[in-house]
Amino acid sequence: MTTTDLLSVFPLLILILWACLVLLLDVFLKRERLTTILTAIGLVVTLGFSISQNNLNLTGFNNMVVVDNFAVYLNIIFLGSGLLAISLAHDYLKRMGINRGEFYVLLMFSISGMMLMAIAADLIVFFLALELLSIPLYVLAAFARPRVESEEAGMKYFLLGAFSGGFVVYGIALVFGATATTNLSGIAARIAEHQADIPLLTIGAALILVGFSFKVAVVPFQMWTPDVYHGAPSAVTAFMAIGAKAAGFAALMRIFVAALPTLSEQITPIIWVLAALTMIVGNIVAVAQSNIKRMLAYSSIAHAGYILMALVSYGQSSVASVSVSAALFYLLSYAVTNFGAWAVVIAVEKAEGKGLALDDYAGIGRKYPALAAAMAIFMLSFTGVPPTLGFVGKFYLFRAVIDGGYIGLAVIGVLTSLISAFYYLRVVVIMYMRDGEPEVRSEPWLNLTTAFTAIATIVLSIFSAPILQWASQAILSTF
Amino acid sequence: MAIEFLPIAILFVLAIALAVFIVFLGSIFGPKRYINTKMMPYESGMTPIGPGTRRMNVRFYLIAVLFILFDIEVIFFLPWAVVFRSLGLFALIEMLVFIGILLVGYVYAWKKGALEWE
Repeated sequence: MTTTDLLSVFPLLILILWACLVLLLDVFLKRERLTTILTAIGLVVTLGFSISQNNLNLTGFNNMVVVDNFAVYLNIIFLGSGLLAISLAHDYLKRMGINRGEFYVLLMFSISGMMLMAIAADLIVFFLALELLSIPLYVLAAFARPRVESEEAGMKYFLLGAFSGGFVVYGIALVFGATATTNLSGIAARIAEHQADIPLLTIGAALILVGFSFKVAVVPFQMWTPDVYHGAPSAVTAFMAIGAKAAGFAALMRIFVAALPTLSEQITPIIWVLAALTMIVGNIVAVAQSNIKRMLAYSSIAHAGYILMALVSYGQSSVASVSVSAALFYLLSYAVTNFGAWAVVIAVEKAEGKGLALDDYAGIGRKYPALAAAMAIFMLSFTGVPPTLGFVGKFYLFRAVIDGGYIGLAVIGVLTSLISAFYYLRVVVIMYMRDGEPEVRSEPWLNLTTAFTAIATIVLSIFSAPILQWASQAILSTF
Repeated sequence: MAIEFLPIAILFVLAIALAVFIVFLGSIFGPKRYINTKMMPYESGMTPIGPGTRRMNVRFYLIAVLFILFDIEVIFFLPWAVVFRSLGLFALIEMLVFIGILLVGYVYAWKKGALEWE
């Protein structure tokens, strides 16, 4: 082990060590408030170290990890989502009577898995990261024990997650069989030397695609999403919707763009169909939902479809880097909007799974104008209406898809966005046009999160140039 | 390539045929005595107590999980011990890190009362 090795995983090591320490402190001192503060400190410190890795471009452990700007960008998204999740969870856990310190520890372990996913450059490390990020999420989904919905969510997520993990491992085995290596640079070299068994490699790559499609909730591998998002505690769902999705896409982008661009002839049609199906099914089924959590679950499926569009042109090296940065920018815009929307959901939610129906939002516009305005901003951002972050994200994404020459897919994307306008704007209509007696929680950290994300959604869309600049620098290092 | 697997295919066919043949012989020539003792579920030789589909105490699962955890720890020790001399100090530090992580889990499980059986 060299210094470079240590340096490349340094933020990760800090976070894991800190998580172990907080676990022990929590179990001995039993002071949840201290645990919360310590976790936030740990995430902020790790964030600092992650940012300091920008432009370093390290490789470590015999090319098993690569720290490029792509990884740094994603790590910042992961750690930022972790911080937002803590601010959402802080009062929510207390209110729901599930204020256990393990929440924060599991959150940290899950984030460390995601960070490992972003820097992984070896298929074995991808699998390790997948397990490290998933297992804490299974527990977190069931965190509202003994509520039956939550336990069901945890169980379902675990079974489907283990199942999809099987696909990934099988895919890795076949890729290893075809190229005699699990290292991404090794695989790329083998293909370039024409020493790879292409049919076997294609099957392996397709299986890996299926495995990660489960994680990012792509149709037809999305069945678990509505139940898990609905049953899991809202603060967990908010984190899961963005963290697990971003990590899954990080793996897909790294594996396919960096190691398998030569397979694009076989894989691109599959991704095309998956993306189109995901956008269509996600948006259409979301229209029929009357529960806000299920609606947001289907909306997250639909957004996975939009992001997957960026992968369609991964084989064309001129477009691939633009598409990747468009996807990264979209992930950021989705993360900000998503946390805001979930903050509003948490504010309206009551105990025992009540206060989640769309009808519970009636009258909020009159009684709580600030909250309603924030929710309207998030819904418009989800739809992709200017001047919101969602619009800018969709704009760059569609432009990258059209640059790749997939105009048909872009048309499907625009049309399904129109469908999505119906159910997003329905929430706004219910809030402003219908009378009701809504009850809304006002908790300091929750309000802060809502305000912060609402302002960020507007301001970042107007001043999107620096972020886009940052995202376009966050290219994958190719081999 | 396919021809290389021919002996294995022949072996498969022979094995299945032989097994079917022996079972067939047994069903023709074997004595058939149906007594109560033979109808009982097999419980390692002793007389079974209670039905076999009883509900298990959930604590057994906890113990099983902990057992697997620390059992696997020992499995990792074995290859480590075999090559320890050639790896030297580095291996010792690696193993200490490994044990340290497990120890955190152990302390947590202990403190949470997972090892108590009241």
